[in-house]
Amino acid sequence: MNGTSERKAGAGTRLVGVDVGGTFTDLILLDPSVPGGLKLAKVPTTTDNQAGGVLAALAAAGVDLATLDQIVHGTTTTTNALLERKVARVGLITTKGFRDVLELGRRTRPTSYGMTGSFEPLISREFRLEVAERVDADGEVLTPLDEDGVRSAVADLRARGCEAIVVHYLHSYANPSHERRTVELTREIWPEVDVTAGSAILSEFREYERGTTAAVNAAVQPVLRRYLARLTEALAERGYGRELLVMQGNGGVIAAPLAHEKAVNTVMSGPASGVMAAATVGARSGFPNVITYDMGGTSSDVALIRDGTPSIHAELDLEYGMPIHVPMVDVHTIGAGGGSIARVDEAGLLRVGPESAGASPGPICYGRGGTEPTITDANLVLGRLDPNALLAVDAPVTLADVEAIIRDRIGTPLGLSVEEAAAAILRIGNDKMAGAIRMVSLSRGHDPRDFALFAFGGAGPLHATSLAAELSIPTVVIPARPGITNAIGCVVADLRHDYVNTVNAPLPDLDMSQVHALLAEQEAEGRRVIAGEAVEVDEVVCRRSVDMQFLGQSHILSVAIENATPSRGDLAALFQSAYWARFAVDLPEIRPVVVNLHTAVLGRRKPVPIAAFAGTAERAADVAGAVESRRRAWFPQTGWVETPVLARDRLPPEVGFQGPAIISQFDATTVIEPGQTARTDFHGNLLVDVALM
Amino acid sequence: MTDSLAPTGLDPITLAVIQSGLQQVCNEMDVAFSRAAFSPVISETYDRSDGIYHRDDGALIAQGEDGLPVFVGTMQDCTGAVIARAGGRVAPGDVFIVNDPYLGGTHLMDVKFVKPFFYKDELFCWLANTGHWPDIGGAVPGGFSASATESEQEGLRLPPVKLYKSGVLDEEILSIILSNIRIADQRIGDIKAQAAALTVGERRLTQMLDRYGRDTVDGAITELRARAEQQMRAKIAPIPDGVYESTAIVDSDGVVDAPLTIALTMTKRGEALVFDFSRSSPPCDGPMNSVIATTKSSVYLALKHIFPDVPINAGTFAPLHVEPPEGTFLYAHYPRPVSGCAAEVSQRIAEAVFAAMTTALPDQLFAAPAGTSGNFSLGGLDPKTGRPFVCYLISGGGYGGHPGGDGLSNGCSTIGISKTTPIEVVEQRYPILYEEYALREGSGGAGESRGGFGVRYKVRLRRGRARASFVMDHGRVGPQGALGGADGACNTVSVERGGETYTPLHLSKEQGIPITEGDAITVETPGGGGYGDPAKRSETLKARDLVRGYYTPAQLKGWS
Repeated sequence: MNGTSERKAGAGTRLVGVDVGGTFTDLILLDPSVPGGLKLAKVPTTTDNQAGGVLAALAAAGVDLATLDQIVHGTTTTTNALLERKVARVGLITTKGFRDVLELGRRTRPTSYGMTGSFEPLISREFRLEVAERVDADGEVLTPLDEDGVRSAVADLRARGCEAIVVHYLHSYANPSHERRTVELTREIWPEVDVTAGSAILSEFREYERGTTAAVNAAVQPVLRRYLARLTEALAERGYGRELLVMQGNGGVIAAPLAHEKAVNTVMSGPASGVMAAATVGARSGFPNVITYDMGGTSSDVALIRDGTPSIHAELDLEYGMPIHVPMVDVHTIGAGGGSIARVDEAGLLRVGPESAGASPGPICYGRGGTEPTITDANLVLGRLDPNALLAVDAPVTLADVEAIIRDRIGTPLGLSVEEAAAAILRIGNDKMAGAIRMVSLSRGHDPRDFALFAFGGAGPLHATSLAAELSIPTVVIPARPGITNAIGCVVADLRHDYVNTVNAPLPDLDMSQVHALLAEQEAEGRRVIAGEAVEVDEVVCRRSVDMQFLGQSHILSVAIENATPSRGDLAALFQSAYWARFAVDLPEIRPVVVNLHTAVLGRRKPVPIAAFAGTAERAADVAGAVESRRRAWFPQTGWVETPVLARDRLPPEVGFQGPAIISQFDATTVIEPGQTARTDFHGNLLVDVALM
Repeated sequence: MTDSLAPTGLDPITLAVIQSGLQQVCNEMDVAFSRAAFSPVISETYDRSDGIYHRDDGALIAQGEDGLPVFVGTMQDCTGAVIARAGGRVAPGDVFIVNDPYLGGTHLMDVKFVKPFFYKDELFCWLANTGHWPDIGGAVPGGFSASATESEQEGLRLPPVKLYKSGVLDEEILSIILSNIRIADQRIGDIKAQAAALTVGERRLTQMLDRYGRDTVDGAITELRARAEQQMRAKIAPIPDGVYESTAIVDSDGVVDAPLTIALTMTKRGEALVFDFSRSSPPCDGPMNSVIATTKSSVYLALKHIFPDVPINAGTFAPLHVEPPEGTFLYAHYPRPVSGCAAEVSQRIAEAVFAAMTTALPDQLFAAPAGTSGNFSLGGLDPKTGRPFVCYLISGGGYGGHPGGDGLSNGCSTIGISKTTPIEVVEQRYPILYEEYALREGSGGAGESRGGFGVRYKVRLRRGRARASFVMDHGRVGPQGALGGADGACNTVSVERGGETYTPLHLSKEQGIPITEGDAITVETPGGGGYGDPAKRSETLKARDLVRGYYTPAQLKGWS
């Protein structure tokens, strides 16, 4: 017992969260023994092997790995591998007659208009083999599994140089026995191969989505395992003796040795950890209902948090034709970011995006050869970003260069001054982002006005106050460390494992004892896994939901349930009220159907006091004491105005001030518009009251 | 800031903001409709559209970005017909229901809800949406008749009537409708969703008018229409002036086994395009006639596929002149049957437009896509449940090769954006079992960029009896290749019945073929046309295609 608790981590107070982003690897060390109680590091991401950046960040922060209690790591290894298609060679074993399901998809095209899209499946056709077997929709076996066929398929795929195998049979959600037997046979003849059964990753109907999700898992499994093995070994060499925890797309963490089994669960973990940080910081600061807004270079991420809990969904499309249907934090990506390009179209109207200059060549002001005006350039021209920072870029361009391009491309065609043109770029860009945020919230049945806007990412705080005004959101929350929020998410996240089973029966005919048994099994499985992770948890809690629909419908609505033994009447009532809340339609005429049961099992880690993220460094006595400089900034209401630049780290708690103001810090810039009021709170947040239109 | 704006002299920023605001209202209606809809045709396959229309004539102001392409031009005609019929006798909360194809429609299954929108007690505009109902009565479950010879056989035809009167659902009209269609018990779910989507639009539009002011929005609508026209003209201008001809063939009308020809003469002069279809076949006996709204809409959607970034409102269509093709099957009048026009004839019209434009802009186009919705409906009684069923399968085909690469495989219809229903869902709901669902090897037309591949599927009836109907196309000639590329493979249908194989008389169309337990149906959908000379195809790509089994060595030998 003693031995176990010594080995277990999480009880101590020296924690590291380290998150790998597209450009930078961010780290936060919480350690009472260092000055200020924390250290931050931001180092360039090492793309080929992210471990390099992680180790560099640890070194930059001077972390003593031997005395560290916990490292929690967010990695984009799997997401990048998929987007760049640098994945393992995967072989598929599937039901006879259906090997092309993964290539044919759902008969769609990438865009509504335009007939020239393209698609390549994750598993090329020569690596997709069929075996005789068939199960029907009721789970009844129509054709027994051809075991010899399985053996020869495995041998064939091995000979073809596959590193991982996916087993995907029709209706395996209803009867997984053939898939399970195929996995056994595969392991018998090829013990070391990674093998993924579709039903083990996702026990839900829809063959394309389940099969693709399984293929994604198999494709990234070897990649993730190799990466984590290398990192774990490197950390051990440097004296780290605890369990490495890895962030997942569901917003929870998992022990590194288990992570590769369901490697697909680490996809999109970066955005998820940012949302978890927002949920934790928001809830503990008195903002349990927030819309998160994380603005990056090419895109922005938006998520909804209600009652301190991010919404979870299982319908991600990572890109065209790549559905990943495992439970994940519901993060919606908007194709607008700092690099979005502004242009005047043939109708004489200003457009911002969807084209993006990305990180390379990037905005003009990056000095990497960009020649198209972007949102970031507009911020610079208006003094919202510091023009002096131009000196820091690769090949400096002058402010006059940026102004000239904005004048030529936007100002002159529209009859606007440079400042008006730059402001128009921001206005249209914000309008587009606000529209997307509104769609995200409305399509999920929420009114954005009922939320606070929680802004982070390097550029989120630059735009958040304008966006909030556009959306009639009264309050903007800028957390203490907006530019490293994902790393903070790592520090605050709990262990989490999700389980989904398809039931698919009309509520009146449903065997409730079967429902209770499945929910109990899901919980037991989660508790078993958590017990096997060498991490100390305060408690294990479950969040359960039921996916329901009306008979004849094809889309589902997820309804949260309180306990593992709901009655038939409970489910009927919960569904009816959830349906009304979402669609304002009441349908007593039609029978509800229970589609899926879902349990999330969470191992609560010891809470981190969120004020720790602000640190304990010395603050100014008042707002005036935090003013580090002044610079000209342009606002539509005022034109050019001398604007104070406040040092975020010097701002004392519980003080208020009026816009216009610019708040600068290590990892972000925040703009408070004229007419807006800002204040700091005890938790290290900056709160902005938005004058509503 | 914005409320001080004068109604005239709108600044370009406000204009852009109002444009995206109107678009957003429509997108929100689209989302509200499909999320709450019952029918998978609407919720899953997005066979629906929502828009805002001018108070005077129904001219299109804005339409949802995720609406079904074939509805781009039809709903303004339909709204215009409702306005004419209503004669000003409208009140807040009224909702007209209409599906009459001859009044700016498509086929009977596309049911429109049209609602006057009042702002501060004054009519400001109309909101309308279309949803494809899974059944509308008539001879064939699902409504895709292959052999109807008059409109009445195709289903229940609704002239514009107020289904909601001042916000109250008219139970009497509802009961007439529900007594005349199949699977009526679930339709109330779609009706409520369709009406609720318009309510969402009303609410958002009111907020927008409150914020910017009625006159500002009104002024912006006028200005945006002029600017969309300007933008479309700018797209057309680079096309060399001249006359471009093309043809496209419809297999048959389903009744008379003879091909129907769409003959297009497209004239480009200045910044306008004139589309003359007058040399096309005369009106036909079977349901492959097209109503004029659908004919026009097919031209519009083809142009939108070629220039995807042009926003859609009435101004967009102004430089596109479709000469009324009176006396042809592309301008059908009552009682000519039209159930094939939206799903099939529309795609042949688009194919003719693509072909003419390929001559005009050879480096920017693409070879013909499969261009059929592949409607296969199976209706019967499931002995296990004792209930009737209508199973309704659509399928995709290959897209044409293009300068940027090979065509997409199993793309959706040119006029649609819908997804197929998963095999597992079909098998849960209906007494059929798939034996195969596969890429159709060799079906992509040869070319420097080859066509994408069609699909081959085989389904078997597990129990009871049913009737199979097919409304497909491209069974006689494949989708056209371009610039030396070969045509894609033709559509095929075969019915395995009592041990014998039966091929529908009209290849791609036949109605009500009786089958019983154990019988099977195999469908092969067309591949896309090839683009460019196959001899120029890279050896690397040919080798790759061979390894993947896309073509046999013998097939590839013919390419050089």
